[in-house]
Amino acid sequence: MNDDKLRRRIDRLWWAMLAATALSWWIGEARAGAAPAWAIFAVFGLAFGKGLAIALEFMELRGAPAVWRRFVLGWLMVVLPIIVATHLAMR
Amino acid sequence: MTSSAALPLQRPAALPEPRLAGDLAIWFIVGIEMLTFGLMFIVFSVARLREPALFQAGQATLDLHLGAANTALLLTGSWAAVRGVLALRRDRMQAGVRWLWGAAALGVCFLVAKSLEYRAKMAAGHDLDSDTFWTLYYLLTGFHFLHVAAAVLFLAGVAWLAPRRGWAGGGDRTHVPETAAVFWHMVDLLWVVLFPLVYVLR
Repeated sequence: MNDDKLRRRIDRLWWAMLAATALSWWIGEARAGAAPAWAIFAVFGLAFGKGLAIALEFMELRGAPAVWRRFVLGWLMVVLPIIVATHLAMR
Repeated sequence: MTSSAALPLQRPAALPEPRLAGDLAIWFIVGIEMLTFGLMFIVFSVARLREPALFQAGQATLDLHLGAANTALLLTGSWAAVRGVLALRRDRMQAGVRWLWGAAALGVCFLVAKSLEYRAKMAAGHDLDSDTFWTLYYLLTGFHFLHVAAAVLFLAGVAWLAPRRGWAGGGDRTHVPETAAVFWHMVDLLWVVLFPLVYVLR
């Protein structure tokens, strides 16, 4: 990927992550009381998406040795589902 | 051990060799920090499950707007660090250093905002030992706060030293800026999980 393309990609990801944050904020603000399942999945799904973008693109794990990529993505794929499960169990 | 000689692990010429950004040592630190924070996130979630009313009351006092603004600050800081490293790789020292100072400044804004939040919570009588929620809130966000502070110092140090040490251009010359950026991105990554857990779903 050439420099300009890479910079445009990084800029787009930044905007997408700000939009995802705004959406999470809206979900959190729009409702009160116990969160419905869709809100739990949506909010942590958005966090997962942001985590992927930071890990693969910002930390450059996309082109890194597989062990480091697997560790960081594996961390997201273990920690987030456990958090989601505790939230679902509370409903 | 003869197996490695018998198995030529050549990648196709079209694929670049895997490359880890920054120093290997920082990746071991990132690994340890992520495991520690992962455990703390799980402890927070399980404690919340066991004392729902307590956590609901505590989380209801948190300012979601401030949490979202802090998320935007860290994401923007991370983006600035990426742009800084890319500029340094293209041998654009001045631009690269400006981006890194910008990233550090955004980190300082986060620290100020978080300090104000702590002050308000303390003033409202919520201390480290008020109850389980506040203990975990201060431990989790406080530990993260210290990591932001460390990352700001790291970024500022690199921004100051880069022109003096010639940390721009191709090859290994951007090794140190990359290392600082990786740590900074990790701090951002942890907050991306902390934000919905503590501020959004309450």
